[in-house]
Amino acid sequence: MDVASRLSGQFRESEDIKVMEVGVRWQGRYQLKSFGFVGRQASACTVVLRWCLAVCGVLSIEPSFAAAKQDGDWTMPGKNYQGTRYSELEQITPENAGKLKVAWTFSTSINRGQEAAPLVVNDTMYLVTPYPNYVFALDLKQSGTVKWKYDPKPEAAAQGVACCDVVNRGCFYDNGKIFFNTLDCHTIALDAASGKELWKTKLGEINQGETMTMAPLVVKGKVLVGNSGGEMGVRGWLTAVDANSGKIAWRAYSTGPDKDVLIGPNFKPFYEGERGKDLGVSSWPPNQWQIGGGTVWGWVTYDPELDLLYYGTGNPGPWNPEIRPGDNKYTCGIFARHPDNGDAAWFYQTSPHDLFDHDGINESILLDLTIDGKPRKILVHPGRTGYMYVLDRQTGEVLSATPFGYITSSKGVDLKTGRLIPAEEKKPHTGKTVRDVAPASPGAKDWQPCAYSPRTGWLYVPHQNLTMDYEATEVNYISGTPYVGANVKMYAAKGGNRGEFCAWDILGKTNVWQIKENFPVWSGTVVTAGDIAFYGTMEGWFKAVNARTGQIVWQFKTGSGIIGQPVTYLGPDGKQYVAILSGVGGWPGAIVSGDLDGRDPTAALGFVNAMKDLPQASTKGGTLYVFSL
Amino acid sequence: MSFRFKIVLLVAVFVLGFSSGQSEPAKRVLRIAADPNNLPFSNDRGEGFENRIAAVIARDLNAEIHYTWRAQRRGFFRETLKTGDCDMVMGVPVGFDKALVTSPYYRSAYVFVSCPDSETRFASLDAPALRTLRVGVQLIGDDGANTPPAHALAARGIVTNVIGFTVYGDYRQPNPPARIVDAVARGDVDVALVWGPLGGYFANPKSLKVSPVSETTDSGVPFQFAIGIGVSRKNSALRDELNLVLAKHDREIKRILDDFGVPQLPLEAAAANPTNALAMAQSGQEAPK
Repeated sequence: MDVASRLSGQFRESEDIKVMEVGVRWQGRYQLKSFGFVGRQASACTVVLRWCLAVCGVLSIEPSFAAAKQDGDWTMPGKNYQGTRYSELEQITPENAGKLKVAWTFSTSINRGQEAAPLVVNDTMYLVTPYPNYVFALDLKQSGTVKWKYDPKPEAAAQGVACCDVVNRGCFYDNGKIFFNTLDCHTIALDAASGKELWKTKLGEINQGETMTMAPLVVKGKVLVGNSGGEMGVRGWLTAVDANSGKIAWRAYSTGPDKDVLIGPNFKPFYEGERGKDLGVSSWPPNQWQIGGGTVWGWVTYDPELDLLYYGTGNPGPWNPEIRPGDNKYTCGIFARHPDNGDAAWFYQTSPHDLFDHDGINESILLDLTIDGKPRKILVHPGRTGYMYVLDRQTGEVLSATPFGYITSSKGVDLKTGRLIPAEEKKPHTGKTVRDVAPASPGAKDWQPCAYSPRTGWLYVPHQNLTMDYEATEVNYISGTPYVGANVKMYAAKGGNRGEFCAWDILGKTNVWQIKENFPVWSGTVVTAGDIAFYGTMEGWFKAVNARTGQIVWQFKTGSGIIGQPVTYLGPDGKQYVAILSGVGGWPGAIVSGDLDGRDPTAALGFVNAMKDLPQASTKGGTLYVFSL
Repeated sequence: MSFRFKIVLLVAVFVLGFSSGQSEPAKRVLRIAADPNNLPFSNDRGEGFENRIAAVIARDLNAEIHYTWRAQRRGFFRETLKTGDCDMVMGVPVGFDKALVTSPYYRSAYVFVSCPDSETRFASLDAPALRTLRVGVQLIGDDGANTPPAHALAARGIVTNVIGFTVYGDYRQPNPPARIVDAVARGDVDVALVWGPLGGYFANPKSLKVSPVSETTDSGVPFQFAIGIGVSRKNSALRDELNLVLAKHDREIKRILDDFGVPQLPLEAAAANPTNALAMAQSGQEAPK
């Protein structure tokens, strides 16, 4: 084959330019960020080399577009280990997004809350459904026909234990394998090509209230997984499972003595309040740490240079705070750990002695920015507490904590001590009515992840705008035990809109633009080099936004509300596609996915009060939509 | 009618009766949702007092019972009564708004469970001994709420000597909420605060002492609850029917409750105004005993 046809056969015109661009930009980007692009830098380099070689007609090892397309894949929910959810694809722009149309669809056949991020690797798309947690491998060359389907057959009883719909946030691709978790606490490795089960390891016990919903992170041959069940007296942990054998390598509990929490001599928290021996015991009444919560059901990110994992811990149990005086470490905070052995480097508690279910599990996006003239390695963590935290990710120092939502429950974060300053008048007391406690328990933002654009320097934040009242009047009955429970009712905070999608200037510490939405924006988001951000609403609208101006440039009404994570990828034809799962549910959508009674405003932990009109806006669903120009 | 005609008619009716394919009218079915692993209330072997009382009701109504077994957790009522898959839940507190509740068939209190050789006679939550002894308490952890004893102890600043037992426990074990009483028997705690029927049933075989908490309300929450049968909110007809059956068999039901060691309080105060106790608890008053 002559050079010309080899070129035309193996490279599309846009890829030619892309190869050159990537080759040039690789140099520039290396100076700005020293990690996170290692994989792609290597492949970009290889691409450039192959292009040269192909032009010279000298050598062709594997099809060059395979190397180039690594940029067009989506191998982990966060897109990369930093969790930026930023795609370099730029075919879709604000100018042409209006022409986006449905390319194909796929019904998952499970009509529960769809929170997963579809993965795309080697022209195959991988989906994990809500319980019963099917894994589908779809052939992108055939518009999504099923290559294989894996059924983990999880225990049906797990559904009764999960607090907030039987969701799953997605799988992870690494080294030819797909890794994912099942609701009944198994972590499973599959061969990505065939769907064959490689190993299946049980990590928790549903009979003790544990479930698993999070998407794992795989790094250095370890699969990092965390449990759910903070409402059930579960003791939270992060566990590393060997990616080859499926054996547990280490487990770091979120409460208990240092040896359980994997705190050793290398533990150097920044703040005095986090330092001390066995704080995971002494910051609780005796023995309470054993049912202390701190589950790890959210996002894990990783810095290969510092060799540190970053993740957050959930709320302490039991929820009523008077029974657990003390800071309740290490719940509601952010850990930095080494993946080889789980050794903790630092911890920062976003909500000590948590009063409001403000878990710390939201994502920590890792960025290298210049702050006050100095280059800093930071993480950005949008907190349930309502503060956008910027931390030095080497030390755990809080550089800033700026409100990004409506807050009444606290007065600020003391940057000298790092401590959240609670608002006394909003503290719940048994039998006492407390109104307008904000952010409500789902926080100013919950698990739904942001995206970061290095082009604008802004964070794209899907979130909610809710406040809540506590009224202690409800008679309740669990396991044959009667008690009086607090009526918790959530409702829209100031402005009347329950949701918002905004662009947040991290360095400027302010909103740049915001789009108000009627319902909480519970979907994830992605932002691209084409300066487009995508997100979905609980009515089912999938929207494309000009990432610079905030103008909605396109939208499409899918069949059900969207709470999943959009991804964008290059199809086998070299075109850019955008994929999103549509199917309402999750905590705010429980009134639909769980068929709850709208007349019981306290159902779904009080969320039903805020979502009584959702059933008119959305019914159940479970369909994947793929769009292209 | 001639005699012969009457015979023919009688035979015809008889034959028709058989040939319709039924030897007797289909039995009425009571569809009951219950926890398969929660003595003394119920289990899937029918050994609980709710199972026994349900059998009394079924016998009266000439019905058979179909059980839907489900651990009683969040979502229990939504997935049983509300879906229409079940008609009744045998034990539901009066004032519970997820079901229509019959008149109560028993009223009980949270109780102290302690060792027989313990010198302390437990009655009031203000007992000084509660500040120093190891006290077991049931924990639920729902939306900032917990069991009444958990609130009362916390309100008194009694936390360091408190050991919590989640009502969920390990569901692979029989009757997970009973672990708190086992702990008293083993000496892991000196005294436990337990919902009456649970305490009474599991304390008996181990000869543990059971005494009701003297406060009817404390720290803004009630310590006594009246329990009836719950039906779907749309089924007042069944609720009314069950009220009659419960009244008719009140002595038999009381005997069953006595057999199971359920500590019982007079029903009259509850019948007067079931939600009164709750309202008074909110305003810090004592409900009538």
